[in-house]
Amino acid sequence: MSALEDRIDEIRAQGRAALIGYLPVGYPDVDTSIAAVVAMVEAGVDIVEVGPPYSDPMMDGPVIQHAAATALERGVRVDDTFRAVRAAADAGAQALVMSYCNLMLSRGYDRFAADLRAAGGVGVITPDLTPDTGQEWIDAARAHEVDTIFLAAPSTTRERMHLTVGASRGFVYATSLMGVTGERASVGDAAAQVVAAARDAGAARVCVGLGVSTGAQAAQVATYADGVIVGSAFVKALGDGGDLAALKAKVAELAAGVRGDA
Amino acid sequence: MTGSLQQAPGPFFGEFGGRFVPEALMAALDELTDAYEKARIDPVYTDELTRLALEYTGRPSIVTEVPRFARHAGGARVWLKREDLNHSGSHKINNVLGQALLTKRLGKQRVIAETGAGQHGVATATAAALMDLECVIYMGEEDTERQALNVARMRLLGAEVIPVATGTRTLRDAINEAFRDWVANVDTTNYVFGTAAGPHPFPAMVRDFQRVISVEAREQMLERGGLPDAVLACVGGGSNAIGSFDAFLDDDSVRLIGCEAAGDGVDTGRHAATLTGGRPGILHGSRSYILQDEEGQTQPSHSISAGLDYPGVGPEHTWLHSIGRAEYWPVTDAEAMDAFRLLCRTEGILPAIESSHALAGAITLGKELGPDATLLVTLSGRGDKDVQQAAEWFDMLPGGDA
Repeated sequence: MSALEDRIDEIRAQGRAALIGYLPVGYPDVDTSIAAVVAMVEAGVDIVEVGPPYSDPMMDGPVIQHAAATALERGVRVDDTFRAVRAAADAGAQALVMSYCNLMLSRGYDRFAADLRAAGGVGVITPDLTPDTGQEWIDAARAHEVDTIFLAAPSTTRERMHLTVGASRGFVYATSLMGVTGERASVGDAAAQVVAAARDAGAARVCVGLGVSTGAQAAQVATYADGVIVGSAFVKALGDGGDLAALKAKVAELAAGVRGDA
Repeated sequence: MTGSLQQAPGPFFGEFGGRFVPEALMAALDELTDAYEKARIDPVYTDELTRLALEYTGRPSIVTEVPRFARHAGGARVWLKREDLNHSGSHKINNVLGQALLTKRLGKQRVIAETGAGQHGVATATAAALMDLECVIYMGEEDTERQALNVARMRLLGAEVIPVATGTRTLRDAINEAFRDWVANVDTTNYVFGTAAGPHPFPAMVRDFQRVISVEAREQMLERGGLPDAVLACVGGGSNAIGSFDAFLDDDSVRLIGCEAAGDGVDTGRHAATLTGGRPGILHGSRSYILQDEEGQTQPSHSISAGLDYPGVGPEHTWLHSIGRAEYWPVTDAEAMDAFRLLCRTEGILPAIESSHALAGAITLGKELGPDATLLVTLSGRGDKDVQQAAEWFDMLPGGDA
């Protein structure tokens, strides 16, 4: 059992779902983004995901695209990701990285895993790397005791679900819909179906992301998932001005949601 | 044939290629791969594709010897494979008809595509009109400005053209946006990918559809006295080049030369010569060479030619480069434009600026090899779309220096 798995189980024993918050590093600037990570933890995020901005974010909608582009224009570096990981871990959260794979490949999978571990990070979510082409990464992550978190989608077949669940450590990231990151008016039935399919394939822990932005949506997802992942709504609250108070208010709303208090 | 390099199946070409995409797209790529594997051996499909090539595209395309041009290329014999004469003006139609027919077989009603210069967008809009498919084309905003006539052309054909204002506002951003559309609409939509790059099955499938160029050209050259000493084609993503090379891959005497866009010069940093100036990485779903910084961020590319202005390259080219079977030469904007004007003035043929990079390569190689050499150059597209840009380059517009 990894530290991340322990933490999710501990939260489940409290009768609630975990709140997982995503922020891109360097938005609106590096120092503010690190302060924002700490603010998220103080306001009730259990698990932090930080993302090194990437030049070609194929899975992201307009809010995170804008944040990533802003951060890159201002000179963010991949090293800053590990500073943010350290800040999240020091604040008491389990710290993850969500990264497009070319940044990991460019640094070297082994060095990426080692650097994450050294910074106190526990796992990596790979939106454009699946277990079929991810074996080199999986080997490096296992060697450094870093959890490998893969995505499952509404389109994932039964066979692929077994592959995904088998290769995942920490949790399986169930995407609630077919599409890119961003807020949606509602979280549809597909999310519950993906979670059920992952559990059928043997997943012990499944968290849901994409499109969750309100306390009510979080409360609904918390009825069937082990964790609720929120990204764009937090990024939007933080905004170009780096509004930590607005971010904390949004986190508090979602934190109440995962406790069924929405 | 044992040991043949032709029609390599993928998903990997050596260590390059593969499928590095979001899980949400994996089922659709599997479905597409499966449909293509069945279709390519189904006479109902292959006969229809052959009929369209004959009666719609106008295949086989001819080869034209260009002796007046060749005087400037060391006196070598130079032949052009005339993909510019295809319906819709470039080699792109070869691929698009294959993928549009496949879309019908998949039972999908909507196609999306990216385009740089507009050639692939025009070809896709053409096939969509022919086969009654809804069509959305993503095009970088900068490219919609430098290729405004092609935007109008796609709209005339009934396609919706969406300018992409993110990132560098060029082909690479158009591809990102097309993938975002696809992941949200994959149930109803097929992504008609324009070049021999991207995730499996696109590199192998697009190569197969473009292979007709070299199959015809090889036959045509044998009828005219023998295999050429070299085949030259321009390389952006690399679809016309891989199609021009494939049937010659096992002819060891034939040099294969891909001409990359060197923009202002590789040493200026303002170029799109990926195999000359890049290194291995993952972009747009496959492992290949990429123009990237030391952290893995894709770098902006530059070329006068929108169709070659791409910081990646198809994985099979990277493989051919790595095993030494093909060479990749950088050709600057200025060299390409000189070759463009030379072909216009000596032969009365107006080439696409993309294809002019291959013509420039032929001038260099002809001078190196001399009059005994025979060169085959793929003229991948016609230059009608480039008239405005070329006229500006040469200062020929009314009110200029006249």
